Amino acid sequence: MKAESATTDGSLQPLLKVESLVKLYMKRNLAGVQEEVRALDGVSFAIEAGTTLAVVGESGSGKSTLAFCVACLENPTSGSICFASRNIVAISERHRRKVRPQIQLIFQDPANSLNPRWSALDILNEPLALQRKLNREEMKQRAYGLLDRVGLPSEIANRPPAELSGGQRQRLAIARALALEPKLLILDEALSAIDCSIQAQIVNLLMDLQTSLRMTYLFITHDLSMAAHLADEIAVMRRGRIVEHGPTEKVLQQPESETTQQLLKAMPRMIRPALPEMQR
Amino acid sequence: MTAVLEIQDLSVSYRTPAGEPCPALAGVSLDLKPGEVLGVLGESGSGKSTLAAAIVRLLPPNGHITGGTVLLDGKSLSQSTSEELRQIRGGRLALIFQEPSLALHPTMRAGEQVRQVLAAHGFLPTSALKEKTRQIFAQIFPQDAERISRSYPHQLSGGQRQRVLIAQAIACNPAVIIADEPTASLDPTTQLEILDVFRDIRERLGLAMIFITHNPALLSGLADRVLILYGGRAVELGPTAEVLASPRHPYTKALIQSIPASFDERIANRKTRMVAIAGDSWRSTSSQRGCCFEPRCVEAMDICREREPALVNLGINRTVSCFKYES
Repeated sequence: MKAESATTDGSLQPLLKVESLVKLYMKRNLAGVQEEVRALDGVSFAIEAGTTLAVVGESGSGKSTLAFCVACLENPTSGSICFASRNIVAISERHRRKVRPQIQLIFQDPANSLNPRWSALDILNEPLALQRKLNREEMKQRAYGLLDRVGLPSEIANRPPAELSGGQRQRLAIARALALEPKLLILDEALSAIDCSIQAQIVNLLMDLQTSLRMTYLFITHDLSMAAHLADEIAVMRRGRIVEHGPTEKVLQQPESETTQQLLKAMPRMIRPALPEMQR
Repeated sequence: MTAVLEIQDLSVSYRTPAGEPCPALAGVSLDLKPGEVLGVLGESGSGKSTLAAAIVRLLPPNGHITGGTVLLDGKSLSQSTSEELRQIRGGRLALIFQEPSLALHPTMRAGEQVRQVLAAHGFLPTSALKEKTRQIFAQIFPQDAERISRSYPHQLSGGQRQRVLIAQAIACNPAVIIADEPTASLDPTTQLEILDVFRDIRERLGLAMIFITHNPALLSGLADRVLILYGGRAVELGPTAEVLASPRHPYTKALIQSIPASFDERIANRKTRMVAIAGDSWRSTSSQRGCCFEPRCVEAMDICREREPALVNLGINRTVSCFKYES
């Protein structure tokens, strides 16, 4: 892999740098009066290539809006998003098309993000077909290579998503995201809808991909425990702002903001040490 | 003490569009004592929601009870007429579903939705309904009861909607509440709040509860006993603390192991490989032979492929379905 993050003077540039990002939504209340909703209110952060930033927060804190803005699915109201040293907010749509393949999204529920009428092979071929760079035979080979990469047997190539298990479907969603060789994967609650017994498999797969492809992850989640396992850094959001941001150990073991402390307080009873409590 | 709800050998099968039978529950038995909370733990496809629907006989049209009985207060629900069942549901036996935004009427105020439950069961004269509704709201919403009762569902948060469903469920003083993943769609902070509400009504009203979840950690401090479902079979049953602290079935063991012992342990083991159960979740096939967990089991033996293990008693109230414990 090329070291694109290094600039000519040798200093490291982050793969993604977001500055003062603001996103306003207009909504009408019941009386028909327009109201302004500040979904993102001045968000700034950076991610180094090959690392994972977890963005945690309660529902409604702006996590998903952030994911959509970074994925170029929403236009921010103001602020900048620099991806590989290019401000993708300011460039033209024609140029943005070249950037989009490098940023891919994986959603919470693969059952809703995969076309139910297509086979696994069709699903993997779509992004490749849209790029028009490969012929049919090359596309097929690439698709089988992707299946192998995410640990899916080639027998499933002709099956529709409904005939796959939840874990296999999420692997397929990951394979589709990898098809265009992205540099950044946005995982929007990508582990939340998967069963406990399968979650660990997918986490292992994500970590393998990070090692082998030097993948960068923006991991959006409300599950602090998963964030603790996967992330190098954690950013805690509340009402459209980042209220705390730092290395994983520091944020989780010496939380400074009240929001982080509250999120952590909701955690401990959800993991094993609390279990013997029942023996009263 | 006699059981308030008794399920014997319950089997349910769905019919696929192609007409093939697709077994979802195979011979599940359990009993629920008055005031007891039974946690039902299973992953998707394990049959946990089918179990809830089969108990109250609300299976979808392609689902059939192929065997077994459900006894409520010693009376078989399979012999009840549909009118009797209507009175039982929401009366002696209340239900709470996963998605509170779908279970509530979108254009009816929260208070009215609880009042109608009371009215439908006819325990109280019409004149007393309003006061009773007010009392129930005051119990479930220590603050703001009045405002929430006048609100429409879209004006309420996820946690508040779930509380309205709980208010509906306890309205007619049921003996049993069946809660199917009641906290799955909530974020962690709200989830804890709702669990506290369940603990609270359980202590105050002394009702029995079947609490269905896929998250083992939710059961500590709430469930007295836990039933582990895998592949539509009750693979392990026992007191919650015992099962979670010393699981016997290979599936339960693997499931508990995949939860980190503590938050600090998780941080310390950050970015290391997680203990995972190999293979895929169980999928129903009619041609199955042998133990349903065998393909993923690290302790599988030859006999596991040949026939299904029977339930083995491991002591008082503790059963497991695995050949390792058969003698």
